Amino acid sequence: MELLLDSLFNGVAIGSVLLVAALGLAIVFGLMGVINLAHGELMMLGAYTTYVTQLIFKLPILKPFYNSYIIVSIFLAFIVSGVVGILLEKTIIRKLYGSPLETLLATWGVSLILQQFVRSVPLAYGTGLVISLLIGLFLPTSFPSKIKESINFKYFKFSSWIFAALTGVLTGSVISSSVSKLSRASARNVDVTAPSWMRGQVEIIGTAFPKTRLMIIVITLISVIAITLFLNQSAWGMRIRAVTQNRQMSDCLGISTEKVDIITFGIGSGLAGVAGVAVSLLGSVGPNVGGNYIVGCFMVVVLGGVGNLLGTVLASFGIGIMTDLIGAGRLLSIWPDMPLPLSNTINFFATTSMARVMIFALIVIFLQFKPTGLFPQKGRMVEN
Amino acid sequence: MRISRRILAGLATASLAVTATSCGGGGTSGSFDDTVTVGILHSLSGTMAISESTLVDTEKMAIEEINAAGGVNVGGKSYKIEYIVEDGASDWPTFAEKSKKLIDQDGVPVVFGGWTSASRKAMLPVYESKDAFLYYPIQYEAQECSNNIFYTGATPNQQSEPATDFMYKRSPAAGGDFFLVGSDYVFPRTSNTITKAQVKQLGGKVVGEDYLPLGNTEVAPIISKIKKALPDGGIIINTLNGDQNVAFFKQIQDAGITPSSGYYVMNYSIAEEEISTIGPEFLEGHYGAWNYMMSIDTPASKKFAKSFKKRWGADRVVADPQESAYNMVYLWKQAVEDAGTFDDNAVREALVGQKFDAPQGPVEVMPNHHLSQTVRIGEINAEGGFTILEETGVVLPQAWNQKHPSSKGFACDWTDPSKGEKYKL
Repeated sequence: MELLLDSLFNGVAIGSVLLVAALGLAIVFGLMGVINLAHGELMMLGAYTTYVTQLIFKLPILKPFYNSYIIVSIFLAFIVSGVVGILLEKTIIRKLYGSPLETLLATWGVSLILQQFVRSVPLAYGTGLVISLLIGLFLPTSFPSKIKESINFKYFKFSSWIFAALTGVLTGSVISSSVSKLSRASARNVDVTAPSWMRGQVEIIGTAFPKTRLMIIVITLISVIAITLFLNQSAWGMRIRAVTQNRQMSDCLGISTEKVDIITFGIGSGLAGVAGVAVSLLGSVGPNVGGNYIVGCFMVVVLGGVGNLLGTVLASFGIGIMTDLIGAGRLLSIWPDMPLPLSNTINFFATTSMARVMIFALIVIFLQFKPTGLFPQKGRMVEN
Repeated sequence: MRISRRILAGLATASLAVTATSCGGGGTSGSFDDTVTVGILHSLSGTMAISESTLVDTEKMAIEEINAAGGVNVGGKSYKIEYIVEDGASDWPTFAEKSKKLIDQDGVPVVFGGWTSASRKAMLPVYESKDAFLYYPIQYEAQECSNNIFYTGATPNQQSEPATDFMYKRSPAAGGDFFLVGSDYVFPRTSNTITKAQVKQLGGKVVGEDYLPLGNTEVAPIISKIKKALPDGGIIINTLNGDQNVAFFKQIQDAGITPSSGYYVMNYSIAEEEISTIGPEFLEGHYGAWNYMMSIDTPASKKFAKSFKKRWGADRVVADPQESAYNMVYLWKQAVEDAGTFDDNAVREALVGQKFDAPQGPVEVMPNHHLSQTVRIGEINAEGGFTILEETGVVLPQAWNQKHPSSKGFACDWTDPSKGEKYKL
């Protein structure tokens, strides 16, 4: 019983890292059909946001709230990655809808740019830049409609960008002068230390579980529930689903597909940022951190069936549990006296490297029989 | 003639001009009879840049020190050392390509370079075919002995063997079972093969081993294996590389695998530089084995650390790989002066037997092109350094490991033409 619980927990823990990382991609790739190779780098931005937030919370003014920095950084990471994602959509991806190969190359280029960006730009100014993007993109939309409709709106828009740039520079220099670690560019990996209440383990029914893992499971659960509710209960969620199913018809019926695209991409990117917070708790934060997860993300989305959140959830937990079963050699402890040739085979695959090989092989075999994944999309859309 | 005079065009000259002005400090500058240009070849971009750039810094510092003390004296003439830095870009074929460029185009008499075994293996054929000379400064898995490479890092018997011995006999977990963890590439696998043979000889037991593919940070399956194999604590030998250590130590601490619960990790790839990246709070109480540790309390060691900080910034640290890099520049200088020429074959002959009072203590070049070194076992402390617990005497290098089944009974000797790369003892 204890063994089963332990195994199940480990599988769920590995799976939830995969799930939180793949969730954003499932939306962007699944609903919009955009192969976003910069997804990993959007995660990286989320991880760096956690790092920056952590350092800012060490300042004397915010010191009393230090323990809650990780909660704050989840929201900040969502905003930062979301804003960068929206900029990406507005400038690059919008022009490439319907041509997956070009999108793939363009987003790969973006991923390289983002990696080099965090290497060569001091994080303080990076933060300033994101803040000015945030203001520049959203300030004009918050004006009353009277101004928006006037002819001079472009001047309002222009001046709000100037305001945004100034604020960005100002916050950049304030941060860089108050936190010395953020004032220099560095390619060195940095480290996020979980607050003390999140370190160590808790005991549930006689088994000890690491708290950071539980935290990641909680983050994942909340993200999945929130996104499901948003897609199924809100008006914008309905529009997104409508556009996914039939773009032309939705357009004819008066849904602004342009806005839907921005929102969908923004949410997908924001979720990548949340995933960044989660992975920063497990390892170090560096320019390459996203690249380590991108293959796993695509694997989950393809296995789950493109455009289906339930499939994504099941696929990631499935992979997680299989990884633990094979990689940790669990089958041997569940069935100790299995015949020798079988136990030798299992022993051979019971290393992390070989488990990965085995998982990939199983997925390839599975896709031979069900090429569209666990839950393929049905309906007329698939046919055209 | 392998000495390049002021014939270097373009980029090379530009970079030299910069370095020449930045050298400073030397009171004797301007009084050299000639210059000699050496090659420095490490990754300045890509994943390895973080580690390898510290070696470039150290080699530059050693060259500047030598120049300030009057340069290299060969045949009554004083030569100022200049250098060309090439970027291996963390890409192994690039290392080979840049080596060719340094040898053929720039005509350097020596190249100081490399970090990963993969980069060395890529460069080796180039140096052997052109009969040039590479100085390689990193502790590695040995099982190699080239006439065209000089290895100043530790061989396994100068690092992992004394460390395993310490863990099994004198550590708080003495007599316990072993679990081996490493990244999935040549160094951890070879090192662990040797450790397994040694543990068996000592009468201990290796209860498990696992390798993490490079770039993977999911250590949950490894943790459950460790907990299953070592339920009441034991010895963990860690040969993980770079960032994977961060994931490993963060997660084992959360899983309760700590010194206070009886688990002691011995690390072969974590030096002062890495401790500051990972964070001493995750590593305190675990162990490391190196030839040089910054906390060595001798004038030579303190001077080395002090001049490095003075040259590159007070927050910088020195560690074992840097010390090896520092030593090799000085050993090359001594060998050239003894040979009285920059010619490779004469320098190679003069190199064997060179002694140097290194920051770690005296070292000597052995006939197998490796260094005799002192081995130290340290416990990682809260300040991010090592508390040195043990120090061996001088340990001779074994290019062919005597515990590894494939090389047992073999040795290497380049001073005797009848012996060479691999001969039976």
